[in-house]
Amino acid sequence: MSAMTEHQPDLATAPTFSEVERSVINRLQTGLPMVHAPYAAVAGELGLTEQELLHTLQDLLDRRILTRFGPMFHAGEMGGGLSLAAMRIPAEEFETVTQQVNRFNEVAHNYRREHELNMWFVVATENPDDIARVIARIESATGYPVYNMPKEEEFHVHLHFPV
Amino acid sequence: MSISTSRSEPGYVLCKLDRQLILATQGGLPLVPDPWGTLGMELGLPADEVLARFQRMQDAGVIRRVAAVPDHYRLGYRFNGMTVWDVHDDAISDMGRRVGELPFVSHCYRRPRHLPYWRYNLFAMVHGTSREEVEDKASQIKAVIGDTSEGHTILYSSAILKKTGLRLRKS
Repeated sequence: MSAMTEHQPDLATAPTFSEVERSVINRLQTGLPMVHAPYAAVAGELGLTEQELLHTLQDLLDRRILTRFGPMFHAGEMGGGLSLAAMRIPAEEFETVTQQVNRFNEVAHNYRREHELNMWFVVATENPDDIARVIARIESATGYPVYNMPKEEEFHVHLHFPV
Repeated sequence: MSISTSRSEPGYVLCKLDRQLILATQGGLPLVPDPWGTLGMELGLPADEVLARFQRMQDAGVIRRVAAVPDHYRLGYRFNGMTVWDVHDDAISDMGRRVGELPFVSHCYRRPRHLPYWRYNLFAMVHGTSREEVEDKASQIKAVIGDTSEGHTILYSSAILKKTGLRLRKS
């Protein structure tokens, strides 16, 4: 896999989803109920059969419309470390440094952004003390400074993309 | 429309079975009618206990929820704008809370400045199907923050370089 996944080539037009896909995407972003036969429960809410729901969900995952379906862990609550970090990388070095940074298992997400600080990534570790160590290792692997920006206060997280 | 983060007392300790359940599901929950029973078979636990443990981890905030994670680009939300604000320190908690209440702000955090390179201390993520939509949302944030901010900018993402989610190591 290439280190750099460019945005979808066909994004000039908005994607179109069937009514069933739309309802499944919207409903399942808000969470599966903690009950026995949870997919049947959601299918019932949406007026689908359990098999239709499971099939649609699998298809959305296969097409990578959904990147995963499962528990969303809260690293901080798991006792681990989590931080956002940024780097300023010259354009000609960007691809090389991307590979060096992405090689770290502790780097969970990494985005290129249009700013002087042009690389932004999330560092997640099982032990909070390891954040500083990982950042120091990224600095020595790349030769560039890493600006560590751990959250100091969390005001809200509500990720929901209606379609 | 949106889900709030459940906050918990810090210090929920994952026991060995919780860890095994996390390891078994970090790639995804089984897509079968009885996912708890399937996981239970793998780990030698009754379905009831698997479900009860998931419920407890969710109540404790270790798991935010069991849900679908979309690729927002593929849903048509092409513009991912990290709006960042240089807010007076004495106003930031209040402003952060008010900005976080805006329905279109997906994440809102206070983070440290790194002067002289980085002066922004409030981060509010917004998404849109166009740059104009993101800019319109940023101006709604500005209307809330008013003159408690000395300046702001929007950092658009131009490529996803990596997206694997949080993972426990199988050690």
